[in-house]
Amino acid sequence: MAISDPTHSSQTPEPGAVPPARAGQIDASLKTPVLFFFACAVLWLLLGSALGVISAIKLHAPEFLGNVEALTFGRTRSMHLNIVAYGWTFNGVFGISLWLMHRLGRVELRNGWVAILGGGLWNVAVALGIGGILLGKMTSVEWLEMPKEVAPLLAVAFLLIGTWNVVGFARRAPGHVYVSQWYIIAAMFWLPMLYCVAEMMILWFPARGTVQAITNWWFAHNVLGLWMTPVGVAAMYYLIPKVLGKPIHSYYLSIIGFWSLALFYNWAGVHHLIGGPIPVWAQSAGIVASIMMVVPVLVTAINFHTTTYGKENWRIIWNSPTLRFVVFGAFNYTLSSFAGSAMALREVNRVTHFTNFTVGHAHHGMYAFVAMVYFGAMYFIMPRLLGREWPSAALIKIHFWLTAGGIFFYVLVMSIHGILQGMAMNDATTPFLEISRNAMVWNGLRTAGGTAMTLGHVAFAVHFFWMLRGSAASRRRTAPTLFSSAVPVEGGAR
Amino acid sequence: MKNLPLIFCGVFFTIAFSWTGLILTSQIQYGRLERATASEDETTLYPLQMSGAAIRGKDVYIAQGCLYCHTQQVRPRHQGGDIERGWGQRYTVARDYILQERVLLGTMRTGPDLADIGTRQKSDEWHYQHLFDPQLTSPGSVMPPFRFLFEQVPVGETVRMDAIKLPADYAFAPRPGFQWVPRQEASDLVQYLHSLRLNYNSPESRLEE
Repeated sequence: MAISDPTHSSQTPEPGAVPPARAGQIDASLKTPVLFFFACAVLWLLLGSALGVISAIKLHAPEFLGNVEALTFGRTRSMHLNIVAYGWTFNGVFGISLWLMHRLGRVELRNGWVAILGGGLWNVAVALGIGGILLGKMTSVEWLEMPKEVAPLLAVAFLLIGTWNVVGFARRAPGHVYVSQWYIIAAMFWLPMLYCVAEMMILWFPARGTVQAITNWWFAHNVLGLWMTPVGVAAMYYLIPKVLGKPIHSYYLSIIGFWSLALFYNWAGVHHLIGGPIPVWAQSAGIVASIMMVVPVLVTAINFHTTTYGKENWRIIWNSPTLRFVVFGAFNYTLSSFAGSAMALREVNRVTHFTNFTVGHAHHGMYAFVAMVYFGAMYFIMPRLLGREWPSAALIKIHFWLTAGGIFFYVLVMSIHGILQGMAMNDATTPFLEISRNAMVWNGLRTAGGTAMTLGHVAFAVHFFWMLRGSAASRRRTAPTLFSSAVPVEGGAR
Repeated sequence: MKNLPLIFCGVFFTIAFSWTGLILTSQIQYGRLERATASEDETTLYPLQMSGAAIRGKDVYIAQGCLYCHTQQVRPRHQGGDIERGWGQRYTVARDYILQERVLLGTMRTGPDLADIGTRQKSDEWHYQHLFDPQLTSPGSVMPPFRFLFEQVPVGETVRMDAIKLPADYAFAPRPGFQWVPRQEASDLVQYLHSLRLNYNSPESRLEE
């Protein structure tokens, strides 16, 4: 059962099997599609963060772009969410999952042009959808704001891209299937089912009354839980042992983690409707599932944190750009998931529901975990695709400190403010306008956190396109770009 | 668990399980809920149908994204201070939403809940001032202005009934000889807000005295 190396380099192919393609050839076949997805992801990230900052400013300066209809708060906030979700994260998932799936399966990507075609269609559809929000065609259904007409385009595009992960898995070289492959293949099936059901039951053929709301949060929570999280966890399961050069603590635990996540995450989304006009049994089911999420999170946490524990490991983690981001993400996966379980308890929810605490929590999961792991994965994958190194360790450092510091500050501010806000709202003697006025300072701090992250993204984007263009600095480097040159360079420790 | 069909079955089962458990079961339980009378001696069925203007106003509410700061749901007393705060005389239940093609419960309260705003604030004038510039009615509010839902028209012989009353020396005063009046969208939106009322008993939730 135990498996030491996710690439199975030590395993000998079964007799008669086709010899696995060499890593270089696999990377060559993936180069154009994965780079295309990453480039799109980075561009969407810049636009999405700018809209996030604009939205944040509006929450303490309501006259800022106040009278521009296309940029009223409801729309900038929705554009921000849809761009970072469908633009940045989805493109990130496409790139990372294709690379992991083919590297782990030790096969080349065939017909990469179909994936690029799908990627083009996907990004055009997202752009149309964002344009729709801008021009007032927004649906006001959370996580499904884009006009329903773009849904078929997104579905076709997804089919053209996602299929290659399934094909890649089916064509894998003989040998053990690693847990990362499970997570990716599951995500590729889950997302289209979630999306089609939600589009149908909410926008195309609306269900009656609040059945829509249940569908909405079943979908929205599962986009994070069954799409972005599995690919993030898959990347962590690959990158942590790979860069550390040691096996994952317990492969057996990872299997328990996978199935318990599949079982419990599915039901947890209803916790967004606690106290709402839906049957109480449904709320209770959501609460129970949210608490049960402790199981997969604890199991995964034990696995990651035990693998990374140790003085020597910490030195490698601290010096590897990939692991610094990925391990930061792993910690925050644990923290934000436990916080999420706690928030589903009625006593806690009574205060945190409808406040900035929830918004902070959403960013904790989507950014401090998902985005940071995706950054780490990109730092690992890019040099392998391009055959050259990242040009500047300093830019990676700037990226890390601005994003890690920014999100830490943001979540802290939002959590404290959320609790104050929730307690004040539950105290009927506090006038609502007083709560509004008190929010201004906190929202100002929130803008500061968001601005730091956005500046970090600018540093990342500059670095990304600098590397893509093939700077002299990046060609000159012969060893991986690490934070400290004093560290002995190990196998793939970037 | 090495082969694709088996993984697919497991993945499909888990999602089908939650869909059946949460969504299909809810649909079976209350997907065909009908309007009901408030009490046995009454004949009016609730919730009421919305007027045409209110339905158009709801589209404005959706397009401007009001939902992102305003919820439309009142939690029971044990689950929050909504009723104490005067946001409704009873908690909302599933039946209240059965006529809505798009349900706008919301998840964030940057602004107050609006499930019962039609009972709480009946004045057109207040709503127009508030939409035009929230600072006029609610100093310190973080709500953005919606001046683009208004237009300037010549005063002419009479001041229009719906012209916004503005203080002297006001930053966004109309040009001389003009007045600010709501465009169709603004008046529809206000009609929609008036239609949001939680002033009837439901078989599942009764108004508190």
